[in-house]
Formats: sequence, C-alpha cells, structure tokens
Amino acid sequence: MCESCPIVDWEHELPTVRYFTARKVDADMTEHIVWFDRYEQAHKPFVGGKNASLGEMMMAELPVPPGFAITTVAYDQIWQDADLVTQVNDLLRSIDHDDFAANRAISEQIRSLIEAAPMPAAVATDIREAYAALCAHCGVDDIPVAVRSSATAEDLPDASFAGQQDTFLWVVGADAVIENVRKCWSSIFTDRAIAYRHSMGYLHQAIAMSVGVQKMIDPISSGVAFTLNPTNGDRSQVAIDASWGLGEAVVSGEVTPDNFLVDKVLREVIKREISDKGMEYCLTDSGAVEKLEITGERRTTPAVTDEDLTAIAILARRAEKHYGCPQDVEWALDKHLPTGDNVVMLQSRPETVWSQKPKTSVSSGGYDPMKSIVSTLVSPLHKKSE
Amino acid sequence: MSNSFPSPFEIEGPEGVEGWEELYPYSSSFSDYRKDYEDNRFWFWDSMHWGKALTPWDATFMEAALASLSQMNSRHYRIPPADGVDFRILYGYAFLSPVGVDPSNIEARVPQFMERAGHYFGNWDDLYDSWLGKVKTTIGEIESIDFSPLPEMEDLEVITGGTALGSGGKLMSEYNRFRDLIMHAWQYHFEFLNLGYAAYLDFFGFCKEAFPSIPDLGIAKMVAGVEVDLFRPNEELKALAQKAVDLGIARNFDDPNNVSLDGDAGAEWTAAWDVAKDPWFNFTSGNGFYHFDKIWVENPDIPYTFIKDYIARIEAGEDISRPIEAIREERDRVVSEYRELLGSDEDREAFDGKLGLARVVFPYVENHNFYIEHWTMSVVWRKLKELGATLAKDGLLANADDLLFIRRDEVHEVLWDYYANWAVNAPTASAAHWAPIIERRRAIHAKLDAWKAPKALGAPPEVITEPFTIMLWGITSESVNNWLGSDEGAENELTGMAASPGTVEGIARIIYEPDEVNDLQQGEILVAPITAPSWAPVFPKIQACVTDIGGMMSHAAIVCREYGVPAVTGTGFGTDKIKTGDRIRVDGSSGKVTIL
Repeated sequence: MCESCPIVDWEHELPTVRYFTARKVDADMTEHIVWFDRYEQAHKPFVGGKNASLGEMMMAELPVPPGFAITTVAYDQIWQDADLVTQVNDLLRSIDHDDFAANRAISEQIRSLIEAAPMPAAVATDIREAYAALCAHCGVDDIPVAVRSSATAEDLPDASFAGQQDTFLWVVGADAVIENVRKCWSSIFTDRAIAYRHSMGYLHQAIAMSVGVQKMIDPISSGVAFTLNPTNGDRSQVAIDASWGLGEAVVSGEVTPDNFLVDKVLREVIKREISDKGMEYCLTDSGAVEKLEITGERRTTPAVTDEDLTAIAILARRAEKHYGCPQDVEWALDKHLPTGDNVVMLQSRPETVWSQKPKTSVSSGGYDPMKSIVSTLVSPLHKKSE
Repeated sequence: MSNSFPSPFEIEGPEGVEGWEELYPYSSSFSDYRKDYEDNRFWFWDSMHWGKALTPWDATFMEAALASLSQMNSRHYRIPPADGVDFRILYGYAFLSPVGVDPSNIEARVPQFMERAGHYFGNWDDLYDSWLGKVKTTIGEIESIDFSPLPEMEDLEVITGGTALGSGGKLMSEYNRFRDLIMHAWQYHFEFLNLGYAAYLDFFGFCKEAFPSIPDLGIAKMVAGVEVDLFRPNEELKALAQKAVDLGIARNFDDPNNVSLDGDAGAEWTAAWDVAKDPWFNFTSGNGFYHFDKIWVENPDIPYTFIKDYIARIEAGEDISRPIEAIREERDRVVSEYRELLGSDEDREAFDGKLGLARVVFPYVENHNFYIEHWTMSVVWRKLKELGATLAKDGLLANADDLLFIRRDEVHEVLWDYYANWAVNAPTASAAHWAPIIERRRAIHAKLDAWKAPKALGAPPEVITEPFTIMLWGITSESVNNWLGSDEGAENELTGMAASPGTVEGIARIIYEPDEVNDLQQGEILVAPITAPSWAPVFPKIQACVTDIGGMMSHAAIVCREYGVPAVTGTGFGTDKIKTGDRIRVDGSSGKVTIL
C-alpha cells in the first residue's frame, strides 16, 4: 500500500463528510440538469469547464447547438451507494503506482463498477425527460447527440487530466444517452487520471464529473476563425479558414483550407484564397466518422458563401466582445438547419499569438491636433497605406 | 516596362494643328526656356477634370483653379511639404505636376503652418458660415453683371446726375469685374479645401496605422456627412416626382421633352419646382469646367427625365426616400465598432479628436463642389454666353460662341473696338479681324479634341507623397507603376482604387458624355472617364461603376458609397479596354476589374 497516497483521506472522510463538501459548493444546488441556454455563472462548479463555456457562449447569444448539462449533483448521487464506495476504495488502495499494466486492469475494474451501478431513479428520470425535451425542441424523435465529459475540479489549476474527457458522438435514444453518461462518469478513473492525481498529490474526490448532452452537428463545412488579421494583427478583421465536412480536417492540417479575410465592421469579404481541398471527414448514417476523397469541381468550390462568411464574422466578433479579448473560434455549418441560420459555434478560446505581443500605441503620447496634422503631412502617406 | 513616360517635348500631337499654342496664354505652354525644369518633372493628364481639349475659355477656369489651389498651399497656409500644383497645356490638354517643398525648408514652414492653419481649424464653423455668405454674395454679384448691348443713347440720369461715365466704359469695367469675381470664386473654392483634406488625411493615416488593412471606405463612412448639400438636387428631384404623383400629373412627364404643366395641378407643381430650382438646379450635367456642360435650369428635359424615372419607381411601389435614420445609425455603428477595437483609452482619445476634426471640416469638402463648380460656374457660363450674344448682336463677332475661341486677355481688345466705335458711331473691325483666326482656332480645337492625350509625361517620382494628389486624383506610386506597365498588363484585367466594396458581374456600358447617361439600362455597369454629381439619379439603376481616374474623394467614390454600389476608380484605361456590351466583373473590395 502506498503510504503517501491520498486515498486514505477519501476513505477516512467519506463516512462523515459529504462527498464534495471539500469543494465548498453552494449547498442550495439540487438540480440534475442545467440547460445550456439557462446557464448562469453560479452553475459553473456543477457543470464543469466545457459545459460552462458552452453555457457562456449561449449567454453571449452565440448559436451553440442546443443541449444540456447533467450536473455533478447527479454524479454525486452514485456515491450514495456505500457498497460502491467501499469497492472503489478497496481497488484504489490495491494500486501499485509503478506497475502500469496492473493499474490499467484496476482502472478498468473501477470503471466497470461505476458503469454497472444502478443509476439513481431520480437522475435517470431527469436525464430521460431532458433528452425527450431536446428531441421535441429539434422536432426529431431520438435526436442524435454528442455526449461529452466535462470535469470540474475547483481549486485545482488544471482539470484536463481529470478524465479522458471522453466524447461519444452520434448517440441515439435515451437508453444510449444514459449508458454513455455512465461512461463519462467512469472516465474519472482512467489509469492516466488516477496516476496523474497520484503524482500531483490531489484527492480523488476533488474531481467531479458533469456530462454535456448536445445536439449532433452534421457539418456541410467547418473551420476556425481568428478575430484579427493574423498577418498584421489588425483587429478590424476576421480570418476564416473553411473546408468541407467535419472540422477535424482543418484542425489536423490534413487539408489546406480556403482562407478568407472578412472586415468585421463593414461586414465585407476583403480577401479570398480558394484552395484545392482533397479530402473531408464525414459522418456515416450510423454516426461513424469516415474519411472521404473529394473529387471534381467541389475540390475548388469555396466551402462557404459570402453570406456564411459574414455570419461567421459577426458571431466571432460577438464572442470577442463577450470575452473581452481576441478569440479563436471553431464553427460549423449544419446540414439540418435552414440556410442563413445554420452557422453554429463549437468553441471559443482566447487568441494567443497577437494577444501576447505588447500593445503599441498609435497615438504616441497626448493628442495634439496641429502637431498630428503636421506629422501626417510631412511623413509620406504611402508608408501608412501600405 | 519602361521606367519613364515620354518627355513633353517628344510628344507628337495630331496633324494640322500648327500654332495650337495661340489658343492659350504662353505661360501655360511647355517651352525651351523652361525645358530643364519641365523635362525633369512628372506630369499627369488631369482627365478627371479636363478630359476634353480646352477652348481658350475652358482653359481660363483650369488656370484659375490651379493657381488658386497652389496659392493656398504655398503662400497662405505654408503647407510644410507641398507648394503648388504646376500646370501646362499640351495640345489642348491639362497636365499637372505637384511641386514639393525642398526638404531643408520644410521645418521652417511648420510654425507658420501651425499658426495659419491653426486659426482656420480653431474657427472653422464661423469661417465656414462666413464662407457661405461670401460665396452667395459673389454669385449674386456675378448675376448682377450687366453685359447688355450698348444703348443708342445714354439714360437721362447720366446727364441729370452729372456722372459723365457712359455705358461703353462701364461694359469694360463689368468685364474686369467678371474676371475678378471668377478669381474670387476660385480662391474661395480652395480657401478650406486643402486644409479639409489635411484634417481628413490625418484621421485617415491614424486609422491605417491602428487598422493596417482598413478599407478606405471604412474611413470615409465614419466621416461622411448624413445630410449633404451635394445630394440635395437629387433629393429635390425625388420630392418633385412624388409631388407629380400626388397631384395626379405623373403622366405629364412621360415625354420629358414635352412636359405640359397647365391647370391648377400643373401650377402647384411649377410653384414647387420654382422653390427647388433656385439654387439646387444650378446643377451641371458635367463637372462645371466646360462651356458645353448642360445646366438643369437651362435644360429642364434633363431633370424631367430623372423625374420620369423616379415616378416609375414610385409607381412600382419602391420607397425612393433617402433613409436618413438608417444612414446615421450605420455611421454610428461603424464608428463605435472601430473605436471599441482600439488598443487603449489614449488611442480612443486621439481617435475621437481626429474624427471630430475630420467631421468638422468635411461638410466643406463635400459641399464646396455644389457652391463653386455647380452654382457659381452655372452663372459664370450664363454670363459669358450673354456677353457672346451681345457681341454677336452688334456685329463684333459672327457667332455668339466665337467668344469661346478668344483668349480672356484678347477680349479687352474686342471690347475696346466695341466701345470706341459705339462712341464714334462708326464700323467696328472685330468681325473681320477675328473671322479667320476663329476659323483656324476652331479647326485646330476640333483636331485636338479628336486626339487622345497620353496619361503622363516625364520621369515619375520615386514615391508620390503630395497628399492632395493622392487624395483627389487617386495618383499613387502604385497607380503610376500600373500606367507604366500597362502595355504588358493582362489584357482583360484592370486595377484601380477599391472605392466602394462588393463584387458583381454584369454588362458594361461606356458613357463618355453626360447626354448618354440616360442610355444606361437597369443592372448595367457604368464605365466612364469620370462621373458627375448630377448623375446621381442613375446610380440606383446601375450594379457597379468603373472610372478611368479619381481617388477616394472623387465624385464616383462618394456617390457609390452613398448608394452602396461597388466601384473601382482610377483604373487608368477602363474606357479603352472595356467595350459596351462586355461582360465584366467589378470587385470594389480589391480594386480589380476583369473582362470576362
């Protein structure tokens, strides 16, 4: 047994202390479900970083695909089962942190226990009702959804190793949703996550898992957008990369995307470079992702129209305004939404290259109208307009 | 690609125009006496203002304008890097050359400029009010000039008042007064313009630094006025079209050359027309610089044709009113978005200051064109024609428009002949003296007019930095290089200034003369050497606009932005390369025109 292992604390505290008291959360929170479009800042500790950012995007009136978060309150319910707690703790205690192969086997056992544990009835009912409401909202029976883990680890600097942050695409039907929610919950105990917490000296109970359930997007095309001109840092422009199919092709660099520059303020496309796009990732009818070759004219057809570009630029600007700094956003054009209203945003995070450069003032000291005019007249204008 | 344009001394003009120089003052010709100076300069043909061969009187206004512009830069405000814009006439065409200040003298001019220009910027609104007063007074004075024929007998008051001064001498005084007032008007024209451009350029430069790729349009949109006198004539036409519909006399305009305004409704409409026409229809179909430009009040068929078009659009259920509120909101949105994107509060303070000043000066920049080129020049040409008619009536000239071919200084001699022989009551010499000269000059002018002037002459400067040249004429180092390389350029591509954004494809129609404007069909692309403000009524009809010359402040650019029509200005060769009926693509965002 490991002497320094924080499991001891868990075992010691569990019987007397509520599972996440240590996380100093709002005890008033009882909801199992938080819809993204009803998200508030106070929900953040219960929905995890990823869900919170989707909720915040909705607050900023960005068109995030509809969905809901299953809160950590729901996750906590499974630990009301004392037998499960005992079994998990026994397994954790048996870990030898130098034996990776054995750890993997123990991790799998813990995950199987969690996935097999009966879901508390109230939680299951709430998830089924929320899924049914989502289906009704989209007007589709058994709407395909993405089920994503969204870990929360208040007080810890980085929750990214909380689990594998599993994402399950093209999940159809309430039973399948519930099954995948359990998988997300159990991902807290992947071997990597266990080892990470061990090496960092974090308590296992410091991590809790929320799960996001979001309408699947089936993109015509997708890409990224920077809310500034990457070549000169001009913040009045948005640079947009676009290619056919899922964003994976652009993000991984497997295709050279079409590249556009859109003026944020005038809402005009001012530069376009259409490239030869050789492949795309698409969803099959069963929801699997497959790589397809692109042939014929479609290779050199722009993956977005000017209207799409204007819509993407307006939304990217909205994200930038909301977050107060230049953003790097992922977007997609959904096949199943009406044209003109089919741009969805998948993610928005701070732009890092230009934002880290020291800001240079263009007014160079106090404003003096006459001195300024003289300097404009004397310094060759062409230098400024290049 | 050569790196120089031909020397002005190498240009061979059209055949049979020997002695063409006599049409113009000797000071405006290239000459051996100044060859060293002239040969080492860059000269561009200002086809934006003077696209046709000049008659002696057309040349008068070119010379008055350039001397006035120059004087404000060099002697009044001491613009630190820029003296005047030199001008020559070569085979009838105006060639201009910006004159920079010797770099070693620039610094000494800075405090002079700050004091002088500072006074204008500091008192702009008051000075502009007084300017409007001065210009209206000047127009009134020109109107009051009496060029009527000399009387058989002086009025009795000359006797009873004991004045002794007669009509013949007065006519010569009136002619002198006419020339003086023309010079006043042209000095007023440039009293504020260069300073206005300077303030605009300051804001422009700031925006280009803060947003390196900001389109010129974005800057213009922030500064442009919402209610502009230059657009007022067009607004008056719309109101009159609406009035005709409301009064039930819309059909009376079906034939613009034969509009009947009888009856009560017609009288009510005419009353509205009379209110609008003075001053707003002292509006020329050209740019005001040529004797042949047609003025609306004198050619009502032109405004009637536009009114007919507007009536058709009103009857089709279209809302033709100018959406003032929407324009204002859009302007405020653009300003607040750029402002918000600036990096610091300090930058925002400078932005606010510069934008504020640019907006203070801009009404002048936009409106002076109506007051001088349109209103004043309408009256000037009318008066000149009156003088011609008087001289023809009393047999000094064979035809009234012979006067156009007599230089302004030569007119004194005609008037002397008129006066002296009216006094003596004896035959005049003028008709016989001038007949062969005018015949020769007319023939020369016709040949010059059929000739195509070269775009530019002499050695281009390494960089063009003179701000007004860039701003008004759209002549930049890039465009000059384009002109130099144009022989080797792609046959189906033209580049110019991205004056108003958007990309469209359509059928081109080349318009050389204002009279052809009404040939434009719905959805066509207007291709012209330049455009005039009075063409505004056709802009809603067209898909895009391409001009040979003109910068971001040219009329085409201003009007296209106003109507949201894509435009590429200053292409250099648009009317050469494109033919009516060609399918072309105009990309007003990148400044490219492609013949498809």
